[in-house]
Amino acid sequence: MAEALFRVEALRVELPDMTRKPLFGPVPRLEILKGLDFEIPRGAVLGIVGGSGSGKTTLGRTLVRLMEPTAGRILFDGADITHLPDAAMRPLRQRIQMIFQDPMSSLNPRLTIGRIIAAPLNATSRDPRVAEALGHVGLPAEFVHRYPHELSGGQRQRIGIARAIAMRPDFILADEIVSGLDVSSQAQVLNLLEGLVRDLGLTLAFISHDLSVIRRLCDRVIVMQTGRIVEEAPTEALFEDPQHDYTRELLDAIPTPDPTVRW
Amino acid sequence: MSAFLEIRGLSAVLRGTDLRLLRSVDIDVPVGTVRGLVGESGAGKSMIGRAVLGVLPRAVEIVEGEILLDGRDLLAMPPVARRRLIGARTAMIPQDPLTALNPSRRIGRQITDRLVDILGWEPARARSRTLEMLAEVRIPEPERVLRLYPHELSGGMRQRILIASAFVAEPELIVADEPTTALDVTVQKQILGLISELQARHGTALLFVTHDLGVVAKICDSLSVLYAGKVVEDTTVARFFEAPAHPYSAALLAATPRHTDPASSLKPVPPAVMHAVGAEIAAADRSWRPRHG
Amino acid sequence: MLDGRGALRRRAGLRLWLSAGWQAVVMLAALFAPWLAPHDPLAQDLMLGRLPPFWLPGTEPGYWLGTDSLGRDVLSRLIHGARVALIVALVAGTATCLIGSTLGLIAGFYRGWTDRIIGRLVDIWMAFPPVLFAILLIAVLGTGLSSVVIAIIVIDWTRFCRVVRAEALNQSQMDYVHSARVAGFSRPRTLMAEILPNVLPVIVALLTLEMGIAVIVEAILSFVNLSVSTDRPTWGGMIAEGRIAIHHVWWVLAFPLAALFLTVLSFAQLGEGLRDRFDPVLR
Ligand SMILES: Nc1ncnc2c1ncn2[C@@H]1O[C@H](COP(=O)(O)OP(=O)(O)OP(=O)(O)O)[C@@H](O)[C@H]1O
Ligand SMILES: Nc1ncnc2c1ncn2[C@@H]1O[C@H](COP(=O)(O)OP(=O)(O)OP(=O)(O)O)[C@@H](O)[C@H]1O
Ligand SMILES: [Mg+2]
Ligand SMILES: [Mg+2]
Repeated sequence: MAEALFRVEALRVELPDMTRKPLFGPVPRLEILKGLDFEIPRGAVLGIVGGSGSGKTTLGRTLVRLMEPTAGRILFDGADITHLPDAAMRPLRQRIQMIFQDPMSSLNPRLTIGRIIAAPLNATSRDPRVAEALGHVGLPAEFVHRYPHELSGGQRQRIGIARAIAMRPDFILADEIVSGLDVSSQAQVLNLLEGLVRDLGLTLAFISHDLSVIRRLCDRVIVMQTGRIVEEAPTEALFEDPQHDYTRELLDAIPTPDPTVRW
Repeated sequence: MSAFLEIRGLSAVLRGTDLRLLRSVDIDVPVGTVRGLVGESGAGKSMIGRAVLGVLPRAVEIVEGEILLDGRDLLAMPPVARRRLIGARTAMIPQDPLTALNPSRRIGRQITDRLVDILGWEPARARSRTLEMLAEVRIPEPERVLRLYPHELSGGMRQRILIASAFVAEPELIVADEPTTALDVTVQKQILGLISELQARHGTALLFVTHDLGVVAKICDSLSVLYAGKVVEDTTVARFFEAPAHPYSAALLAATPRHTDPASSLKPVPPAVMHAVGAEIAAADRSWRPRHG
Repeated sequence: MLDGRGALRRRAGLRLWLSAGWQAVVMLAALFAPWLAPHDPLAQDLMLGRLPPFWLPGTEPGYWLGTDSLGRDVLSRLIHGARVALIVALVAGTATCLIGSTLGLIAGFYRGWTDRIIGRLVDIWMAFPPVLFAILLIAVLGTGLSSVVIAIIVIDWTRFCRVVRAEALNQSQMDYVHSARVAGFSRPRTLMAEILPNVLPVIVALLTLEMGIAVIVEAILSFVNLSVSTDRPTWGGMIAEGRIAIHHVWWVLAFPLAALFLTVLSFAQLGEGLRDRFDPVLR
């Protein structure tokens, strides 16, 4: 089998726990990721599910090197990037993109949409790639002149997606990117991502708590609870025969579009 | 019986243009019922909620229509009286539990301040009512939680605080804008259970903005389907899930996945349907003239 | 029509125009003082002393705002005084802003040891009482316009530094900054292209405030005779002289005081008006 694009070994992340900071002495540390091992094969779509606060976003930020791991290793394309300094990381950045969970704070409020998408490309907002990216996420090209606060929640989320795909990366980490969208836009975004995976060989890690989306998109799924992986399985197997109680609880909590079924 | 909230022919444009964001919207929310507001992203769902609460962005201008709260037209009232009426009789549950609370103030103060400063309650009464309400949303040790700061609570707890503070002054109308989108499904299930329980007990009228038809099926009585700022279908939940009348709502329902049934999966609304609604709206626009201008 | 905001915005627009108008008047007066002033601001003529402003009885044509006890024309002195006020506001205000904001941005964005050094410097600086500090500085540097400007810069850069640092720190925790990092922006580019536009409204507000403060500080120093030499008219100097003779010639005090007040106020209003008009988030 070919080398995996991402390989994570015994990954641990600790953060200082400011809420229990003593007056003197060191701040106690909170262990948020407690030793994770997994791989993301090239061209695969990995789903990461789990409840609020289980550490999904932290894992994502550590993978794209926004957060410093405490222990363990992260290998990207065979190279160890665990503690790669910023300057050495920069050439790799174009290949590793992240779409953020909170669309409001991840778009610069004082730049126009055009500049937000164009800046990472070192282009101007008139660059055809900008309009193309907006088209991909189903937004009109006129949006380049708007500011983030002039868009609806779902439209903002799609700007974040457009910015990432315009870079043509090898890997995208998508953090809860469709939960603010209606089903039709969700389907559109998922179709787009599927197309990129199929045609361009994009590798995707898809964080979500929406299992119907995961089922549609992912090859494999990791279920997280309080900083640990409690279950890892191919998608079909996970849905047909969930092994862990927590996975079953997540499945049961999905609201079905049917008023006659008790919840 | 007339509805507590009645929106009549509400149209709004982007200020200084004739680009319509809301197109003659009619919506009723009778006392003690839950009205769902669904539609694709950018359809204007939040805009309607904000119009009712009087917090539209500057760039949006209402050009015609009425928003009747208990029979009184909010848009015809002087601003001060309108603010007072909205403040006393309505409340909202915002979408984002992370940013809706002030990070540097204690939970207790954030809830009681509104009661004391705006509604003129006695501080002691405000406090005891707040404690009661926190117990109602099943927050353990409410006395202690009053003294905490928002970051010391999990996302789910924070959302409960927001629900408690929405219900605390016994408002007759609550506008909830996607109150559970930021939460995971297990927490969402608890929170929705809580909202519908409180709503039923207090007989509140609830306008519930969401894009999730699964959620609508669980907690709404009636719903309005919005497309490009126009209500394309206004129906009861039972009827909608049995047989949606408008092709667009039918397509929306068909596109909604059921995880129990792998064959049904997320799909976009078919282009033919989109063309049909687009044409319908264009036709309505051609015959539309603002009543004053 | 449906809410008060339209009216509010029109009022904000009016405020912007009024304060910009007053600033233009002051600017013109300062630039063209020798041509605009009807008389030599220093020329004394005891025969023409204590003339009242034009609408009162007993005036002399050509002396619109009257004369002081030494017979110097008040209007001409006001116009020449605008020069000093404006130079101080622009030079001291801008330089203070540049130095303080740059240090604040760097401290707030880069954190770490740069932040610790700059923070410690600010703390030490702020331990001195500002007025004493100013007098001390002038004592060392000697009086004169450039000493006043230097004194203001040396004392007031900490104001910018503290506020801008806090705002930059705030902004650098937002996800858009992380997303710039993921996009591969270098640190300086992130600072200039992403953070600066968001800190700019604060900087502009502080800058216009600082310009007002600079005008006042100069007036105070003139008042206690520590600023420009007495053969150059300044508003503060005029106020000091007018104060002594307030019972016979109130206008010598009133007009420079009004000019000072309007100038300081219009700087503050200009800041707010600019923000209302040009900040995309508020538009
Ligand atoms: N900067 C921080 N300092 C301290 N604790 C943090 C910090 N960021 C996150 N945490 C804690 O780490 C845990 C994991 O957070 P994370 O954001 O990764 O969760 P998540 O799985 O993404 O949840 P959600 O579904 O709500 O987004 C939480 O308990 C959170 O409180
Ligand atoms: N401040 C603004 N200036 C101009 N246009 C705006 C502004 N705010 C929103 N809009 C536009 O108004 C339309 C309706 O927005 P609204 O926020 O009501 O959508 P929504 O139905 O709530 O969507 P979502 O599900 O994505 O939150 C959108 O097309 C949006 O681009
Ligand atoms: Mg998260
Ligand atoms: Mg919305």
